[in-house]
Amino acid sequence: MPTVKFTYALKRFFPDLRDGQIEADNLTRALYEVDQRYPGLRSYILDEQGRLRKHVQIYLDGDPIQDREGLSDQLGPDTEIYLMQALSGG
Amino acid sequence: MKKTLLIGTRKGLVVARKKNGIWQLGDVHHEGVPVSIAYGDPRSGTWWACFDHGHWGVKMQRSTDEGQTWEEVTAPAYPEGAEVKEGVPAATRYLWAMQEGGTAHPKRLWVGTEPGGLFQSQDQGTSFQLVDSLWNHPSRVGGQWFGGGRDHAGIHSVVVDPRNEDRVLVGVSCAGVFESLDAGQSWQARNKGLRADFLPDPHAEFGHDPHILIASPTDPDILWQQNHCGIFKSTDGAASWQDISDPEGEANFGFALAVASDNADQAWVAPANSDVTRVALQRKLCICRTDDGGKTWTTFRKGLPQDHCFDIVYRHALVSDGDDVLFGTTTGNLFHSGDRGESWQVISNYLPMVYSLQLI
Repeated sequence: MPTVKFTYALKRFFPDLRDGQIEADNLTRALYEVDQRYPGLRSYILDEQGRLRKHVQIYLDGDPIQDREGLSDQLGPDTEIYLMQALSGG
Repeated sequence: MKKTLLIGTRKGLVVARKKNGIWQLGDVHHEGVPVSIAYGDPRSGTWWACFDHGHWGVKMQRSTDEGQTWEEVTAPAYPEGAEVKEGVPAATRYLWAMQEGGTAHPKRLWVGTEPGGLFQSQDQGTSFQLVDSLWNHPSRVGGQWFGGGRDHAGIHSVVVDPRNEDRVLVGVSCAGVFESLDAGQSWQARNKGLRADFLPDPHAEFGHDPHILIASPTDPDILWQQNHCGIFKSTDGAASWQDISDPEGEANFGFALAVASDNADQAWVAPANSDVTRVALQRKLCICRTDDGGKTWTTFRKGLPQDHCFDIVYRHALVSDGDDVLFGTTTGNLFHSGDRGESWQVISNYLPMVYSLQLI
């Protein structure tokens, strides 16, 4: 199963946030599952039109995702998903 | 007399309280989070914090116990398919105005946003719905709304008529003033007499830039706006506007305006130095007051910095109640006057940038 890891910055809003495994074969599904586990978290990552927020980045096995608008990037069985904030401002 | 001040700042919500005539800073909530609007609903006592998380989007929290505990609610969100213009999906960029909907509608709340959507809640803010009629107004769809200082047009002012709470006016930068007589089902522009010097046609129906729109508490037919192009007043419920700026004096350009709680002819503005540099006039801070409905303005400086001052006052950061007048600045100064603006005392010199004040 893919593993999802979170930037520490999100723990401010979701104190119980823990890295973990999720059952999903694409990114849209993965974020849905994450939101089920931590209600509201999806809205911190995506805007209401489903696009990745401007200053948020998602890495899949170390590479940034290709489709920030539609999140169509596919996941492998052991993909590591890393949710981080862009370090704008230095 | 109101004794609590909610301060929305770039680094959190700060509460000040008045004790024995002196305002003192107290609790800090949401430290580090930009609070675009801190709002207290006078009907329920609920406190609201509108967040502008740079990375994580806009969010909202409310507290029913004066800040002891907070609950996140779903912030106003644009419906799927909504577009700012063709090919540009609409998403909430900024929460810029919050207004309770009146005593006859105890669960109604209004929220103004960038990119130009007005939202209404019928359940005390548990959920918000886009007001389609204004979003679909031909002037907005036709491209006559645009951003002024922000990327897209934004609604920063919502005025509810206490005599008829279905009568609502909004101020939009840049578009102008719009009025609804049916709780937001239909809207008419109310920009007659305004001047937009930056447009090819300064007297165009749309494209005006009210910086803040306020009704006199004691006579809601008297409306005031600090506009990008001066100070304007209406005595006929926004049907027409008159320029009441003081071209020879200080009261011209600025963002903030407050109207006396007990006198429809008394108001304050916080002048700034033109739209080009946006600093205190001649780097000296002052507040102007009119006592005669804008015929004349008096400038007050006592207690305010008069050299090397770069402060300006944002549109929601000047408030009054009785003899009390308070304002916060872009460089984190907070001032209080107990004599209707004639002299000033510092409450703090060390706040973050101040976005909003509300007396409750």
